Amino acid sequence: MDAWWSYRPSDLLMFSPAIYWRLFESLNRQAWPVGVALLVAAVLIGGWWASTASRRRAGSARLVARTQSVRGRDAIPTHAGSARAATALMALAWLWVAWAFFWQRFAPINTAAEAFAWMFLMQAFGFGLLALSPGLRWAPALNARTRIGLALGAWASIGHPALVWVFGRPGTQAEWLGLAPDPTAIGALALLLLLDTPRPLSRVLWRSSWVLPIVWCAVTSLTLWTLGEAQAWVVLALAGVAFGALALGRR
Amino acid sequence: MTQPPFPVDKTLPLTRRATLMRLAVLSAGAAAWSLPLRSLAAIDTAPITRTIPSSGEAIPVVGLGSWITFNVGQDAAGRAASTAVIRAFLAGGGRMIDSSPMYGSAQSTIGHALAAVGRNSPVWSADKVWDGDLARGTAQMATSRQRWGVDRFDLMQVHNLLGWQSHLPHLFEMKAAGRLRYVGISTSEGRRHAELEQIMRSQPLDFVQISYNLLDREVEQRILPLARERGIAVIVNRPFRQGALPQQLARHPLPGWAGELGCADWAQVALKFVVSHPAVTCAIPATTRVDHVRQNLAAGGGAMPDAALRARMAREVAAL
Repeated sequence: MDAWWSYRPSDLLMFSPAIYWRLFESLNRQAWPVGVALLVAAVLIGGWWASTASRRRAGSARLVARTQSVRGRDAIPTHAGSARAATALMALAWLWVAWAFFWQRFAPINTAAEAFAWMFLMQAFGFGLLALSPGLRWAPALNARTRIGLALGAWASIGHPALVWVFGRPGTQAEWLGLAPDPTAIGALALLLLLDTPRPLSRVLWRSSWVLPIVWCAVTSLTLWTLGEAQAWVVLALAGVAFGALALGRR
Repeated sequence: MTQPPFPVDKTLPLTRRATLMRLAVLSAGAAAWSLPLRSLAAIDTAPITRTIPSSGEAIPVVGLGSWITFNVGQDAAGRAASTAVIRAFLAGGGRMIDSSPMYGSAQSTIGHALAAVGRNSPVWSADKVWDGDLARGTAQMATSRQRWGVDRFDLMQVHNLLGWQSHLPHLFEMKAAGRLRYVGISTSEGRRHAELEQIMRSQPLDFVQISYNLLDREVEQRILPLARERGIAVIVNRPFRQGALPQQLARHPLPGWAGELGCADWAQVALKFVVSHPAVTCAIPATTRVDHVRQNLAAGGGAMPDAALRARMAREVAAL
């Protein structure tokens, strides 16, 4: 047999764009109205985080009273519980995508989908561990990195589902955060940018949590590009932005 | 293996008189019924047949592929469209449907369609074994039969030469035991032709499947002549380069000779070129559309280009 690497991506493409996009129609039919509920949850979490961080930066006496010192430099809100809850929610989202999208829908038309299901399952497990890890909390302040995190979160929640209209597909095929893999991967990167992990264990888990979402963004970009979909560049660009935001540091 | 007879070529060389007669009939029909030429082409004759050298059995020269097009999973609309295509294909005189376990849910889609059409449908089933391991491959063939809903396949091919050393002896045993009718081997996109040639020379194959179209013509040099010499039937995949060829040619006007061949579009030109090669037994274009399957079947009938016109077709298309 020829080695797999001797094949072009188009040689391995097994399905048509029409059938691929209709997978999301089927997914949304099953999950409705979970997609919208997750959108509302994501917007509320992001909005709450942004307003809290802004007020803290402005020196709100009420919030400062509830803060603690971090690295001797700054003071942050201690809402570790909500950070854990958001991370646990993200773990559930990856679990759902592994089962409902990859295993149930994508696997019958794509030989590789089973491997992707395992990949999303592993990431769900990783987010589960991160949610339980000691010291996990929100990032301390509104800065360049967290602003990018918020923007990516907004994209995953609102922008990405809206792409169906940009690219002329029916609204029933919208890809929702928490249901479809691409916005879920982008949402995961957004969440990671908004989290703070001061302790070594949570730091290791946080770092390893970057790998699979980035890998998935590369895989899905290649798939969409092979399908001839311009949306490929959107996902790739967003993954690049998230990765680039890491270089900005925490200040 | 003794030298078998060459395939009986029922293609009709294009003569000026036949062409004029045909055009006259088409024009008169178009005027009378106000139908576009494309529609007339679609309701033209059923495809001609070619004989399988190893048996003398005749099969229509246009078959139906299933790569991508029938991989629709549980999508209800996709399954309904595939069923309509298969129904139209069989009703239009088509027989050979080709698939593989590599094609995702295509086998199940075909099985679903055949159940809807009726189990007594005249389908000529061609599938593949796609696993290097003999035991797993044998189990895979049983699963494939289940998915199609057939008791036995007409043709079983070793997909992309994968594990052919172990699979071919087993397939020949199955054939001898009456558990399949023909044995073949497949490649696509010009891969491993040297090894394919060696297998064609050393094994008593009934069929070989290769890629061939107006632009990818390497097989004309050695594989197709060898198939004729060895009495091996030839199935052609990718006659349209997975749809890219007609799309690429669509911006150019059809040459005059296309009209003489009764071709309404570039897809029919491309298919007629492939099936008019004397070594080709059946081409298997894949489609999701009923109108396209009818046009494909129509391209397999009627006037065919002779060797000189085939050479001109290839030359002019390459120059576009």
